[in-house]
Amino acid sequence: MPNFIDRRLNPKDKSLGNRRRFLKRAREELKRTIKEQVKSGKIADVDDKHSVPMPAKDTSEPSFQNFSGSGQRDFVLPGNKEFTAGDRIPKQGSGGGGKGGGAGTGESEDDFRFVLSREEVLDLFFEDLELPDMVKLNLKEAVAYKPRRAGLTTSGAPSNINVARTMRNSYGRRIALHRPKRKTLETIEAEIDRLESLPSTPENRKRIDALREELEKLERRLKTIPYVDPVDIRFNRFQPQPLPNASAVMFCLMDVSSSMGEREKDLAKRFFVLLHLFLKRRYDRIDIVFIRHTHEAGEVDEETFFYSTQSGGTVVSTALEEMQHIIRERYPSNEWNIYAAQASDGDNIAGDSERCTAMLNEELMHLCQYYAYVEIIDERETEIFGTTENGTSLWRAYCTVADKWPNFQMTRIARPAEIYPVFRRLFSRQPTTTR
Amino acid sequence: MDASTSSNLLFQGSDWNFERISRAYDAIEEIALEELKLDVYPNQLEIISSEQMLDAYSSVGMPLMYQHWSFGKRFVFEEHHYRKGYRGLAYELVINSNPCITYLMEENTMAIQALVTAHASFGHNHFFKNNYLFRRWTDAGAILSYMDFAKKYIARCEERHGTAAVESILDSAHALMDQGVFRYRRPPRLSSEQERERIREKLEYEEQSYNDLWRTLPPSAREGEPDGKDENASERKKALKLPEENLLYFLEKNSLVLEPWQREILRIVRVIAQYFYAQRQTKVMNEGCATFVHYYIMNRLFDLGKIDEGTMLEILQSHSNVVFQPDFDDPRYPGLNPYALGFAMMQDIQRISTEPTSEDEHWFPDFAGTGDWREVMLDAWENHRDESFILQYLSPAVIRRFRLFRLTDDATEPYCEIASIHNERGYQEVRAALARSYDVGVNLPDIQVSDVNMLGDRHLRLQHNVKNGVLLEERSRDETLRHIRRLWGYDVSLVGREAGSERLLYECSAQ
Repeated sequence: MPNFIDRRLNPKDKSLGNRRRFLKRAREELKRTIKEQVKSGKIADVDDKHSVPMPAKDTSEPSFQNFSGSGQRDFVLPGNKEFTAGDRIPKQGSGGGGKGGGAGTGESEDDFRFVLSREEVLDLFFEDLELPDMVKLNLKEAVAYKPRRAGLTTSGAPSNINVARTMRNSYGRRIALHRPKRKTLETIEAEIDRLESLPSTPENRKRIDALREELEKLERRLKTIPYVDPVDIRFNRFQPQPLPNASAVMFCLMDVSSSMGEREKDLAKRFFVLLHLFLKRRYDRIDIVFIRHTHEAGEVDEETFFYSTQSGGTVVSTALEEMQHIIRERYPSNEWNIYAAQASDGDNIAGDSERCTAMLNEELMHLCQYYAYVEIIDERETEIFGTTENGTSLWRAYCTVADKWPNFQMTRIARPAEIYPVFRRLFSRQPTTTR
Repeated sequence: MDASTSSNLLFQGSDWNFERISRAYDAIEEIALEELKLDVYPNQLEIISSEQMLDAYSSVGMPLMYQHWSFGKRFVFEEHHYRKGYRGLAYELVINSNPCITYLMEENTMAIQALVTAHASFGHNHFFKNNYLFRRWTDAGAILSYMDFAKKYIARCEERHGTAAVESILDSAHALMDQGVFRYRRPPRLSSEQERERIREKLEYEEQSYNDLWRTLPPSAREGEPDGKDENASERKKALKLPEENLLYFLEKNSLVLEPWQREILRIVRVIAQYFYAQRQTKVMNEGCATFVHYYIMNRLFDLGKIDEGTMLEILQSHSNVVFQPDFDDPRYPGLNPYALGFAMMQDIQRISTEPTSEDEHWFPDFAGTGDWREVMLDAWENHRDESFILQYLSPAVIRRFRLFRLTDDATEPYCEIASIHNERGYQEVRAALARSYDVGVNLPDIQVSDVNMLGDRHLRLQHNVKNGVLLEERSRDETLRHIRRLWGYDVSLVGREAGSERLLYECSAQ
């Protein structure tokens, strides 16, 4: 009789620690691979599993190995069919088919690709970026509560009585205390009636008296032992459960007037996708609201947002108005983390920029966790504007907002290659000064 | 008897439970001990899931292992292949320990559980307990507690010195694992628990009582060394017991830059390398032994009416998968299958003992026709490793059956030559060549510490004894040298000399 041990319930994933160490070691290389894959592929695909080649640098395990292209070597192979001693087989290229040897495994390990989970990919992608203002994300500061069933209690509102449990308690108590049943009383009463209808004999009377006494006793008992006693009653208990505020809404605002060409829109899109990805990583639920504007603004679906054009002037404040309106209607700021990203080429009708500033300062910036403004400019303009304060009217107006609100970020981009660095700058770890 | 024939069956159907395995185990044990006269460690059967099997794979089959990224790499690799269905998992895994631990997979059917119990818990177990290599070079009783110690020790080092520092030492040590075994000299026994405790305490004491002042003392004056250089060199070589084949051992004992805990880590890696060295040298025999044992036992159980035909068919199917040997030109050819070769040789020994041909009587006069194949086999299992076993027992019949041929490949020629085939003239040569190819010591590069002047520049000189002109793969050679450099702390150089003629073939170094 051997010693049996059932290990199936032992913790699995003993290798998880080792896997993590391995990924950490290969981190730099994996990060580069992911970045390249993102650059060449569609950005929307970032949010998925990626298969990556086995990183070679940093994870090689060197040892002294015989070099297969040197010296005289001997092999014994099975399955001879037509060879006789002295036959010569010309070598073809490097390492022909049937050459035995254990060198195979090392090479196959290098070619091999493995799959990183979506989480791992994003972790690599977003490494050392941090959400700008995560006050609301913090689970400790959850604001919403939801009542949740949590057992039973002896006190509560009548509407919460748990009837089944109450009746069960009452039934048990009635049995335990021998509460007479209605039926027993009825049979005794019937017996008395029957005896009374008979001719009265001393014997009969005696019997009736005895039954009367019995009946009285039972009725007394019935009164003292209630059918449902307050001790039987149970209420459903509800406990307020803090609800992590893990939903976010992201507003994408974009100027779609004719001055925004395909190039501008493409850049804007990439920026939005990245922001979306980043938020999606932090929040369980995330809504996206697309608002496009010319001289008037409207909420549209994603397709329309990116691919249809509209003619008209440019009044930026209309988009902000629309956003305000939607927040009021659908996204109360105590339940939602609100993020906004605005892309524009900086054009605005005269006088409207000031109005935008006012709207932001007075209301929107109070509601938003974060507001990003990207101005898409021409490549030539990068040199002209540089980092200086001057620029389009909108840019200048927003500069005053940026000075006032730490969670307002603005930047200019001109090339796809600039998106990622910009993105990093926007979300780079901020010194936690305010709030 | 008739009434009991149906209940004579140990089990029916494919579901297993502990009671059934236990009943099968008892029946198997009876045959193994009574008929095959096996001698085994007490068995411990552990049921594991496939995930746990994957885990065990990547920690080189040990139930306890320290953490290192390379195991994670292996895990990623194995998992990928398993999930994609390129590769199945083994039915079992057996550990050379006392008690002998066999892992059975949860997914196995009852027939397979019985098969692997016979294979691992008796075949491998007997081999581990009796083969001279295992007896002399591994310590089955101490390995589990040693691994426990190793795991905890390394975890503690990580706590104290940081993961990165420990990792870099392990990286370097792993690179030298092949050169971290004693091949010819008997290695020191695994120290007992108490002794290890004592050593650890001593190390701790040394760490605590370390006084930096000692370092400032002027080095003891050892002036006036004799200037006879050669004499000097041979003197110091003697003091360090050079040449030394076990690089890890040498570095552990003599490196001047290693901290005590780093030495202990080198030692751990070296002990593990040594532990597995015996297994590497006995692959064919070990698997041959286990396969023969399970084949014999299962057939006996069937003959005794203890397992039904369905079970036997399943067992035979999995058995023939295990001993399948594709030809060299088959795309599936992975090399000679140790199960196939080992099993064929064991069966052949049985055949030669019981019904020899005249050829066998000529080749194996010692035991041909004696009929006592059990004795012959027990003796072979006990006293041989793959190389000597093949050299002694590979018969022309097996060579013919596998249609073995010998191919020589000279890197300087544009062709490979068939040196010998399965014919009268070729048997001896094929047999010798095959035996050679299983000599791990010969096939691993032979690199030794040849000289170092501890009082001078401390330049560590290594020598590669090049056999048959087979050089080292340069990139990994240089990287490995850098690892040695890290452990040694001073310059390291490697020269390749042709074995025998001492002709210099190459020279390289890591500063």
